[in-house]
Amino acid sequence: MKSISELQKIREKVLSEVNLRQDRQDGIRIVVGMATCGIAAGARPVMQEFISEISKRNLLNVKVIQTGCIGMCRLEPIVEVYVPGQEKVTYVKMTPDKVARIVSEHIVNGKVVDEYTVGAQS
Amino acid sequence: MEFYRSHVLVCGGTGCTSSGSQTLIDEFEKCLKEANLDKEVKVVRTGCFGLCALGPIVIVYPEGAFYSMVKKEDVKEIVDEHLIKGRIVKRLLYHDTVEAGTDNVKSLNQVDFYKKQMRIALRNCGVIDPENIEEYIAMDGYTALAKVLTEMTPEQVIDELKRSGLRGRGGGGFPTGLKWEFAKNAPGDKKYVACNADEGDPGAFMDRSILEGDPHSVIEAMAIAGYTIGADQGYIYIRAEYPIAVKRLRIAIEQAREYGLLGKNIFGTGFNFDLDIRLGAGAFVCGEETALITSIEGHRGEPRPRPPFPAVKGLFGKPTLLNNVETYANITTIINRGADWFASIGTEKSKGTKVFALGGKITNTGLVEIPMGTTLREIVEEIGGGIPNGKKFKAAQTGGPSGGCIPAELIDVPIDYDSLTSIGSMMGSGGLIIMDEDNCMVDIAKFFLEFTVDESCGKCTPCRIGTKRLYELLEKITEGKGTLEDIDRIEKLCLSIKQGSLCGLGQTAPNPVLSTLRYFKDEYIAHVVDKKCPAGVCKALSNYEIIPEKCRGCGICAKNCPVGAISGQVKNPYHIDTEKCIKCGVCMTKCPFKAIVK
Ligand SMILES: Cc1cc2nc3c(=O)[nH]c(=O)nc-3n(C[C@H](O)[C@H](O)[C@H](O)COP(=O)(O)O)c2cc1C
Ligand code: SF4
Repeated sequence: MKSISELQKIREKVLSEVNLRQDRQDGIRIVVGMATCGIAAGARPVMQEFISEISKRNLLNVKVIQTGCIGMCRLEPIVEVYVPGQEKVTYVKMTPDKVARIVSEHIVNGKVVDEYTVGAQS
Repeated sequence: MEFYRSHVLVCGGTGCTSSGSQTLIDEFEKCLKEANLDKEVKVVRTGCFGLCALGPIVIVYPEGAFYSMVKKEDVKEIVDEHLIKGRIVKRLLYHDTVEAGTDNVKSLNQVDFYKKQMRIALRNCGVIDPENIEEYIAMDGYTALAKVLTEMTPEQVIDELKRSGLRGRGGGGFPTGLKWEFAKNAPGDKKYVACNADEGDPGAFMDRSILEGDPHSVIEAMAIAGYTIGADQGYIYIRAEYPIAVKRLRIAIEQAREYGLLGKNIFGTGFNFDLDIRLGAGAFVCGEETALITSIEGHRGEPRPRPPFPAVKGLFGKPTLLNNVETYANITTIINRGADWFASIGTEKSKGTKVFALGGKITNTGLVEIPMGTTLREIVEEIGGGIPNGKKFKAAQTGGPSGGCIPAELIDVPIDYDSLTSIGSMMGSGGLIIMDEDNCMVDIAKFFLEFTVDESCGKCTPCRIGTKRLYELLEKITEGKGTLEDIDRIEKLCLSIKQGSLCGLGQTAPNPVLSTLRYFKDEYIAHVVDKKCPAGVCKALSNYEIIPEKCRGCGICAKNCPVGAISGQVKNPYHIDTEKCIKCGVCMTKCPFKAIVK
């Protein structure tokens, strides 16, 4: 190791990974419904798309979490986004190509993508 | 870099490894591959989570689901349910993490076992993969070394340590900053840094767990020490009986060299430092600093008189800084977060935290780290989860064979160096053995003394012969042959051994006897005068008796007695011939009516 910046580089590279193990409640949580209904409706590719978007942008404070049935099976795949201090936002009938927009507008810039939410669809 | 959405952490400490955690890792990898999840979910082997009684332990993040006593057959269910469908497998969760009456899963720091703990020395244990230096770096690893090398003078490091109030965790409690200053100021062209990982205290596994779970924290601190005192070579003295710790330490040193964090010209500052491991053969006396140094030099590990202290004349006759594993594990956090932060934790004269290996009659046996000043009651009743089987707390032994006991009436004593010394016990290196009403205190004293008799190196007479004679006196008492004069003799002999021995082993060997005599003299007297062992442990003193009112005369006891000491007629009370009885206790376990007592 010749310099501190080298150390910093390794640190940043790996931090996003070990960060997942902090028992913290303060980050943004993206919760994907992955019960049988969700998986059948295509929740898995949606989740994978979230994972790859987030790692591409190296967003350290975001976790992608799976959950069981959210209870509105006809609207699956369902994704809930929890931003600390704000009400949860529920996106329904998700597809992988909707993911990039949610990440850039909602997760990064804090603007909810209204047209994908449960309010707009039901 | 790949992003894994979920991490499965499997404890790879010695406890969980021996209960089969490697099989779990293999099984997880197999099941994940079958489910096509191996690119999404990562399996990590970590160091000890602390709750060894419930191992093997698996934690799944990001949910933080804490699964305990996981078996190979359970792995598929965790993969199918939790990792594929996002449904936590409730039946495998550590019961304390589920809120009573509901299905809510609590976060780990709300669980009784962890709530009052504070992890500084153990901060990375159970969090990172100890065989991957990059994970250590991600947790701010090696930033303290970088800071010290580029921004601080040796004087500033020493000042920071002095202000932090850190004291040695190996048992002596000597102020660490002061020790570093002595080593720095000692004249000499060549100096050494050494780490004491001998950990001879029976039942203790603090240092072992740190080295197994976070070896770099010790390596980084030793490099900082090297810079501070002016040494370019360090030695870690570790017992060969710790194969996992030795292996991880080897890997860690290798990786640190590869990354240029050990070796020549570290961070381009011109500072050189390297480390070697020296294996000990597991003799308790080799934990004593002068014996340890002699042993590293390749001689028989025997103590020598001090002064000169190692800081002046140590390894190969050169000034040597020797600290304990846990002491080193605190250093980087002090540098990173500052002396003031560290000094704000703990009590006036004991700063920071202490790691204890909690064992004996306690529900949550395992590894705990508590802020100094936490009371023994909090450790036993809250963190430890109380005494199993509804028994009563009787005493706790700290400091192992060099320490003393804390009786139930002092359970509210705060755990810090000075409070423990003032009641005749000591902080020690971190062994904490809990005893309940079924433990005989004379027997406990005898147990520890037997250990020191075995471990005495034999160099000086008070220890070699004194401890043996002391042991014989205790044996006499537990056999019911003791007299009141023997108790006086014991007290006198204890003092001579303490005063006459060369090293700490002999000087502290009588402590378990003295402290049990101080708090449980009535038990000694019961053995001597009434010829009774109140706890019913000492075989020679326990007589088995049949209570005629309870005996239904079934004759089962007589059939089971191996020496035919029980006689009687069916449907009439039976009788035990105490002359013939060998006190094996079989009759008592067999009696269906609980009519036999000790
Ligand atoms: C018989 C005996 C055994 C000891 N065993 C250990 C040990 O296993 N580990 C340890 O760190 N210190 C042990 N010590 C204390 C060491 O001599 C020394 O004080 C300590 O390693 C210094 O480090 P510290 O200032 O960081 O505590 C032992 C002392 C004696 C007298
Ligand atoms: S006190 Fe005991 S262990 Fe220490 S030098 Fe003397 S004989 Fe050896």
